[in-house]
Amino acid sequence: MTLADAPLKSKTSAAPGPVQPVLALRGVDRSFGPIQILHDINIELYPGEVHALIGENGAGKSTTMKIMSGYLAPTKGAVELDGKPVTFALSREAEAQGVTLIHQEFNLAQLLPVEQNIFLGHELKRGWFLDHPTMRAQTRALLARLETPIDPRTKVSDISVPEKQMVEIAKALSRDARVLIMDEPTAALTTRETDVLFRQIERLRAEGVAILYTSHKLDEVAKIADKITVMRDGRLVVTAGRGEMTVDQMAEAMVGRELSGMFPPKRPAPDAEPVLEVSGLSVGSLVRNVSFRLGRGEILGFAGLVGSGRTELMEGLIGVRHTTGSVTINGKLTHIHSVEAAMKAGIVYLPEDRKEHGLILTQDMRRNLTLLALKKFTRGLINKAAEEAALDRSISDFDIRAPEREVLVGNLSGGNQQKLLLAKIMLAEPQIVIIDEPTRGIDVGTKQQFYGFIHGLIDGGHSVIVVSSEMTEVIGLCDRVVVMRHGQIAGELSGTEVCEDMIVRLAMGLDRKDNGNG
Amino acid sequence: MAMVETRANAPGGRKFRVDLQVLGPILALVLLIVIGTILNPDFLAPRNITNVLSRSAFIGIIAVGMTFVITAGGLDLSVGSMTAFIAGLMILLMNALIPALGSGWATIAIGMGAGVIIGALLGAANGLLITRMGIEAFIVTLGSMVIFRSLVTWLANGGTISLNFALGNIYEPVYYGGLFGLRWPIIVFAVVAVLGEITMRHTAFGRHCAAIGSNAQVARFSAVHVERVRLMTYVLLGLLVGLASVLYVPRLGSASNTTGLLWELETIAAVIIGGTLLKGGFGRVWGTVVGVLILGLIDNILNLTDLVSPYLNGAIQGVIIILAVVLQRARKATR
Repeated sequence: MTLADAPLKSKTSAAPGPVQPVLALRGVDRSFGPIQILHDINIELYPGEVHALIGENGAGKSTTMKIMSGYLAPTKGAVELDGKPVTFALSREAEAQGVTLIHQEFNLAQLLPVEQNIFLGHELKRGWFLDHPTMRAQTRALLARLETPIDPRTKVSDISVPEKQMVEIAKALSRDARVLIMDEPTAALTTRETDVLFRQIERLRAEGVAILYTSHKLDEVAKIADKITVMRDGRLVVTAGRGEMTVDQMAEAMVGRELSGMFPPKRPAPDAEPVLEVSGLSVGSLVRNVSFRLGRGEILGFAGLVGSGRTELMEGLIGVRHTTGSVTINGKLTHIHSVEAAMKAGIVYLPEDRKEHGLILTQDMRRNLTLLALKKFTRGLINKAAEEAALDRSISDFDIRAPEREVLVGNLSGGNQQKLLLAKIMLAEPQIVIIDEPTRGIDVGTKQQFYGFIHGLIDGGHSVIVVSSEMTEVIGLCDRVVVMRHGQIAGELSGTEVCEDMIVRLAMGLDRKDNGNG
Repeated sequence: MAMVETRANAPGGRKFRVDLQVLGPILALVLLIVIGTILNPDFLAPRNITNVLSRSAFIGIIAVGMTFVITAGGLDLSVGSMTAFIAGLMILLMNALIPALGSGWATIAIGMGAGVIIGALLGAANGLLITRMGIEAFIVTLGSMVIFRSLVTWLANGGTISLNFALGNIYEPVYYGGLFGLRWPIIVFAVVAVLGEITMRHTAFGRHCAAIGSNAQVARFSAVHVERVRLMTYVLLGLLVGLASVLYVPRLGSASNTTGLLWELETIAAVIIGGTLLKGGFGRVWGTVVGVLILGLIDNILNLTDLVSPYLNGAIQGVIIILAVVLQRARKATR
């Protein structure tokens, strides 16, 4: 059948009772070459329903979503739209039918304004010319509907990550999306931004849009999803309705074994002398007058909203950004204005954005591993044998799983990339390890493993700062948490004060807790 | 397995593809030698080979430096006119020194030293404008290319700057002489190439160049002094341009505004044919050497045979350059 035959259903058809699924996969298999990725996948998306698809990295979620949105064809089985099998030759055809996939890495033209992005490829015209006024007005209306008050003329490169997310959604809505498929929409969002997104999701649900989304944040899934499907190793494990599964059960279904506690038991900060003392540190106007101390063998948490200056503070500490104020390491005043100087002073940093700041995706593991500490492997010429030995050690110490030794790092899974990145910075033999977003975009099993590594660092005599937007992570790992807001320290929590409620209150500016000297 | 999703189409094909990528330029070179031998039995005669190699040596020495610049994500369009400018300055300097030092090796030694130093300084000027002022390499070196060319024309008053005849006779062996039957330019090219290959593959500098060209941000977060390394690539290139000039001056004993014309294009072409990525991040010096030889042999074969007009030399080189990039693309697409 041709696509044009598929009847367009009204958006308000979310009537109670048995409804026909708007989009369904029936017994879908998918192979790449000799490797079968998906086995007999059956999923139904109903209008006005939020369906969460969860699973570890590599479980086949992305492939499933790509098949649903026409980016890939199934090897076997069928995609049904409104009960009739369809073949989307192109994602564009799927989009024309109201099925839109929002990629985790957005598909936006950075240098074009928001309005041009929204109408990219579907520009409204008057005669031979573009109808700018109408497009602008429609963009403004769409963004207002999504509670995102940005000027349609702003360049996409100038807006924040959550705003980009909203622009992607607006783009989908401008094309009358009936099925919205979102790949980890909340991975880069803070709690507050996630709340805004969820309000929009609820609004879309009320309008009868069918929504499928993936997330590694299971508490979120439990909160927002009407239906939850768990995938593992390319197969559907279980589909359950809202409230039928606890977060623990979800995690177990994903991993296929019991997860006893994500976090190793917390250890109270030892009452040792501080290894790092920061006082009155400012980074331009992004971080103002920040003071804190890190005890030897401590895991200190940094919480706050995205844009609260946490990352900028850490980048200042390692000399990537210019700072004023004083930094004292082991009681010695230290000036750091380059990453090399930071490394010599014993501080290393695991960047928030591992693909842009952390690893060279087009090089192999060995080159990536030794890049930071290359001096240790160089006496005039680079000692390749020593590099290989270091790679061997890192692979076993951090359980890096690579299909082959020479693999390009871009072809590793997110979790393995993150492990390699940790191995890379640890080669510098630091005293103080700053880890920014330790587990962004990695699956539950690897997360748990990573938390173990962080505790291992403490056992090895290192001191750790963990910056995270994931509340559970900060709470589960840290005995003391610094909360930042608008480039300043909003408060410091320790012991039993470290809880979600207190952190949120400080991060949002609802509460101000003095930290000692005020 | 955790990685099937992202690399499902990769297994098996990689090894083979890499081999082809490595062998490509070499196969092309072998093919050219075979064709050359079939077309003209004199092709492999030592005299001809010496000829080809010493003409290619200038481009080759510069191209080794260019490999580092391009690998680190940069570009230098000024090398051709820089050669002319340095040659002009060297000749003027040496001529001016004759009254004081006489027509001897002292004068020539100072001239040679000056050539290399001026080269490094001009390279540093390019590099500083690019790294400190943050202007694109293309713009900076396009500007300096025109400036150097104009300066040499002005110095020559629109004509030719000639080296003092007596001095020229003494200096001549630096191009025409040599060791063990190999001319000096060939020896210098070989040494530069070997050192270049070692530097690229086995030193932190080479590793850093590739890192910067791949992702300058990652390099910066990995304690690489990005601006310093970039600057050094231009200084190194300038120094090698100076070295090429030192070998070039004794060949003709003169410099004019046509000296080194289009060398920048031949140099960049050699680098690209050799498999270095134009956008940076991956470079190999031995590939560049093969690229230089390919370009030199095409020129030579067309001159030795009358199958195709030598006037079409440029067209054939152009086709090969584009072909090389098409092959690179194909590799990327299958990745």
